[in-house]
Amino acid sequence: MKAALPIAAQELRLLFLSPLAWVILAVLQLILAYLFLNQVQIFISLQPKLLALDQAPGLTDAVVPALFGNAGIILLLVTPLLTMRSICEERRNKTLPLLLSAPVSLTELVLGKFLGVLALLGLVVVLVTLMPLALLVGGSLDFGKLFANVLALMLLVAAFAALGVYLSCISPHPAVAAVSTFGALMLLWLLGWGTALGDAPDAWLAQWSLLRHFQGLQSGLLDTANLSYFLAFCLLFLWLSVRHLAAERLPG
Amino acid sequence: MADLVQVSGLSRYYGKQCAVRDVSFSLACGQVAGLLGVNGAGKTTLLQMLAGNLAPSAGRIVINGFDLLQQPIAAKRHLGYLPDTPPLYLGLTVTEFLRFCTQLQGMERLASKKAIARVLDQCGLTAVAKRLLGHLSKGYQQRVGIAQTLLHNPKVLVLDEPTVGLDPLQIREIRELIRTLGQERGIIWSTHVLTEVAALCSHVHIIHQGAFVFSDCIAHLNSRTEASALWVATAHPMNSAVLLAIPGVVAVEQLTDVRLKVHHQAALNPSLKIAETVAAAGWELLELTPVYPSIEEIFINVTGTQPL
Repeated sequence: MKAALPIAAQELRLLFLSPLAWVILAVLQLILAYLFLNQVQIFISLQPKLLALDQAPGLTDAVVPALFGNAGIILLLVTPLLTMRSICEERRNKTLPLLLSAPVSLTELVLGKFLGVLALLGLVVVLVTLMPLALLVGGSLDFGKLFANVLALMLLVAAFAALGVYLSCISPHPAVAAVSTFGALMLLWLLGWGTALGDAPDAWLAQWSLLRHFQGLQSGLLDTANLSYFLAFCLLFLWLSVRHLAAERLPG
Repeated sequence: MADLVQVSGLSRYYGKQCAVRDVSFSLACGQVAGLLGVNGAGKTTLLQMLAGNLAPSAGRIVINGFDLLQQPIAAKRHLGYLPDTPPLYLGLTVTEFLRFCTQLQGMERLASKKAIARVLDQCGLTAVAKRLLGHLSKGYQQRVGIAQTLLHNPKVLVLDEPTVGLDPLQIREIRELIRTLGQERGIIWSTHVLTEVAALCSHVHIIHQGAFVFSDCIAHLNSRTEASALWVATAHPMNSAVLLAIPGVVAVEQLTDVRLKVHHQAALNPSLKIAETVAAAGWELLELTPVYPSIEEIFINVTGTQPL
């Protein structure tokens, strides 16, 4: 698995060589900072009323889940742009033979690509986490809930990245990869949307929804079912990518 | 000595179309094998299979004792591959790119530094080491592509048309490089230029419609491709009848008064006699060169005399 690291580092370098990564980081930070400040503002304006309640939601409850939920939705829009070129562009630039003829297994290749994108997304998660941490200047946080949210967002973006890398692997053009990744993620996000109303016929679909498992973790409950959903999601699409690259070499 | 490359019964189909058909050959250390064929003959497919980029439909490839299909990673450690388009990340500098390649090979930092300095020197790239690959000329890009194959000092080099798109001076440099490298390695490289093969290969494989139609050492190819015609040019008009009378001359094609093509028996080269005759007649010899058959003529020659 050692060879996955240089490939990941190279992927990260290629992402930062284009202005895209920088622009995405800047725009994300700007939008999320705005949403974060809004949330803090609402909390401050409601604080006198909250004080009167027993069991009132604290600062962490008021700010963190909303911020990380928004970050999840925005990253759903942005991740396809980061993953679209990962393998697709290697093929189009004819650099894939370099990786295929090097003493590197396909698993290492796909894992490297995935980890490279994940490193950039991890940076986004770190930047998002810094915002609630800034509240420590004048307040206190529930670190357990904050950790649950960070973990939830990290697992969510890992799932986004795994699907993105797979679709980049099978797409002939980066734009195709981006659109299909976005479509697939949106669909998986919305699965079982109607079940909120109660006894809907698509209740079983909700079991597969990214949103549902994300929110499950966000609530602070580190449920094995939610954790293994994300783990299995990543493994499935990384495995499919490896399978696809292997099948490409075969006669047919 | 054990062969560095052993290929047996190699075939590759694209759907129903057969790109490479039942190819077998071997390559020993110190041999430079030229893979010769017209466009679409299957050269690139064959080399892609040797480099592990394509899986064969049938057959076996052994590189330095490791089966490419059973132990791909071990086999690829002994392999340097230059695809038909050099695989370059145009946004990186030459050194950055080569460093990435050494990391792919799993080299340590110190070994990587040494290897990069060595190949920069070997391929004449020291002056452009800090330039972006996208800003380099085609010739330099090709050299970086070759440099990349040498970093881990592989025993086997697979080069797909390394001289295409280069100017004559660069072609000569690359040929010189291949010749030097071939002394302690096995090299297989493809081209569609016959003179290149004649200039530096020890062995030749001619591939036609996916199958080897000729596979032998260069001396045997030379006997098949020996010129059987001569260009003769003089300052004053010649009399073709006089030349026709020279023993060995079969026919004389008069192109202009002062330029003609003399066909002769392959075994009996009348060059000296022609020169003497021209000098004696006072026509003043300007040119006397053998006409080498084109690759198409060799194909006809080779496929015609050797059953498929």
